[in-house]
Amino acid sequence: MTVISHDSGLTQGSITQPPSGFDRFINTGTKLLAWFFAIGTIALLAYIIYEIGLSAIPAIKEHGASLITSNEYEPNADKYGLRAPILGTLYSSALALAIATVFGLAISIFLSQGFIPRKLEVVFKNIVELLAAIPSVVYGLWGIYFVIPFLRDMLEPLGFTLGARSMLPAALVLAIMVLPTISAISYDALTSVNPRIKEAAFGLGATRWEAILKVIVPTASTGIFGSVILGFGRALGETMALAMLLGNKNVFSFSLLDPGNTLAALIANNFPEAGEVEMNVLLFAGMTLLAITLVVNVIGASIIQVANRGKKGARQ
Amino acid sequence: MTAITPTKSPASTNLPASAFHRDYKSIRTLVSVGLSVLAGTLTVVACIPLFSVLFMLIVRGGTRLLQGGLAIFTELPPGAMAKPGEGGFGNAIVGTLTMVVVAVLIAVPFGIMAAIFLTTFGARNPLSTFVRFAAKVMTGLPSILAGVFAYVAVVLLTGGFSAVAGGVALSVLMIPIVMLTAEEAIKMVPQKMKDAAIGMGCTPAQVTWKITIPSAMPGILTGVMLAVARAAGETAPLIFTAMMNNFRWAIDGKQPFVHLMRPTSSMAVFIYNSSASFSQNLIDLAWAASLVLVMMVLFFNIGGQLLSRGSRPKR
Repeated sequence: MTVISHDSGLTQGSITQPPSGFDRFINTGTKLLAWFFAIGTIALLAYIIYEIGLSAIPAIKEHGASLITSNEYEPNADKYGLRAPILGTLYSSALALAIATVFGLAISIFLSQGFIPRKLEVVFKNIVELLAAIPSVVYGLWGIYFVIPFLRDMLEPLGFTLGARSMLPAALVLAIMVLPTISAISYDALTSVNPRIKEAAFGLGATRWEAILKVIVPTASTGIFGSVILGFGRALGETMALAMLLGNKNVFSFSLLDPGNTLAALIANNFPEAGEVEMNVLLFAGMTLLAITLVVNVIGASIIQVANRGKKGARQ
Repeated sequence: MTAITPTKSPASTNLPASAFHRDYKSIRTLVSVGLSVLAGTLTVVACIPLFSVLFMLIVRGGTRLLQGGLAIFTELPPGAMAKPGEGGFGNAIVGTLTMVVVAVLIAVPFGIMAAIFLTTFGARNPLSTFVRFAAKVMTGLPSILAGVFAYVAVVLLTGGFSAVAGGVALSVLMIPIVMLTAEEAIKMVPQKMKDAAIGMGCTPAQVTWKITIPSAMPGILTGVMLAVARAAGETAPLIFTAMMNNFRWAIDGKQPFVHLMRPTSSMAVFIYNSSASFSQNLIDLAWAASLVLVMMVLFFNIGGQLLSRGSRPKR
């Protein structure tokens, strides 16, 4: 090995120099900045929770428990009951999740288990990922001018009348929006299953789907379950499609043909024109939504983390 | 695709041929084939919405875009009584770009420095687990809550709706994306390169700035572009942080500066406000704006993905 050095360096008895004062200054500065922003991440999350939580207090003081138990939401009559939007948030998300889970799981199995050539697989994967790239406001516009007329034409011969705004189109569009989350994370979970497990199942004479449903999906179930929980978190917080398609009506109904409301849609629709009292109530709605989504997301992220930890263990 | 049978493993050639025979009358085979068809159908059906959206965008948005010509990019939104074909959304385009730039200026240094902490200075620090977890929780934060946060933290504080408030709201959504992708990109830099630099006597900061960051640059840029794509399409956080300003350009004729402290239009909020309008002209413009917005988002998205494809380590 040749030592590349300048003559002067060698005569001083050293081929390297210790860091200069400036270098040390830069080093300390970089380190401090990195620490600052790392702590800043935690601080930012804490600050978001603190600000939204704190700003909800006036509403709680003024209206108390009626905020979540009462059904009536009439700013003019000073009545602010959020029961309908809270139930609507859970109901619309559950509906969307039911649809998206069926499709998402089918897609992730179909793409991960070698049904189609690798190149076609990449094409489908990109298409599903592009679904996530379309802004939600564009989905809302599409929902108003395509999904609603389409559903109306479909349902009319069956004797159903679909209003201008209702749960069915909102839940469908919401399902499209959470589909990529579920299919992408489930795909990762399914592809990380050790192929030998599948080969062993084939060796025992299982058909392809027996192997998938009885061996591969159960093995990947933690990751799949995590993907569904994260999809649920996304559906709970999704705003625009529901604000545009659900009708902003503070009545809760299980019927798919009725309008409704969700917490996020309520905030989006009413915030710009809200007076001070209503604003406080909307900030309380934001806090409620934050509490629900935080719990769901922390559970989902933890499940995924556990699933990934298992994956690393299996490879060693 | 049905030709591939699970039992065609070459390892079992000494079994009787009947073991490989696929009995199409057997219920197990039928169930398997049926499920394959079902999964394929569901996958294809799931792709329909994308094509439907793109088709409508091209037909409805494209028509209006061709009809409106350049005026769409240079004029202000028309009133409800304007003649068909009048007006544009130039201010919304400028507004969206302005707010995205503000958000990038906040989120990129934040995300990259935090990623440097996660990979270099704090890699063995227990704190890094919490930092990473906080970022992951933030990726799941509903975008409207980023808006609520920016409203409380910026709008109430500065006393008005503004592009800065909108940018802050968007940056909250961008930070975790930039940070987590930058972390992944930095982790991809071969340890040998860093070791070589350390062997030369570099300080950790020199290793970071001269070796790690330049090598990880394509990956970091991917994260930034994906974050920009996400932020550009966001509507909910802008409704009550940047609001809307249909009558003004973000840039005033008299002043060369963008008005960062004034209500600012954005493409997304323009689409939202026009979507249920009584004016057919505004609805058509909303479609045209959607087309432009989707092209913008796809540009950043695909650009980011191409970058990441080019930057995968060659082994």
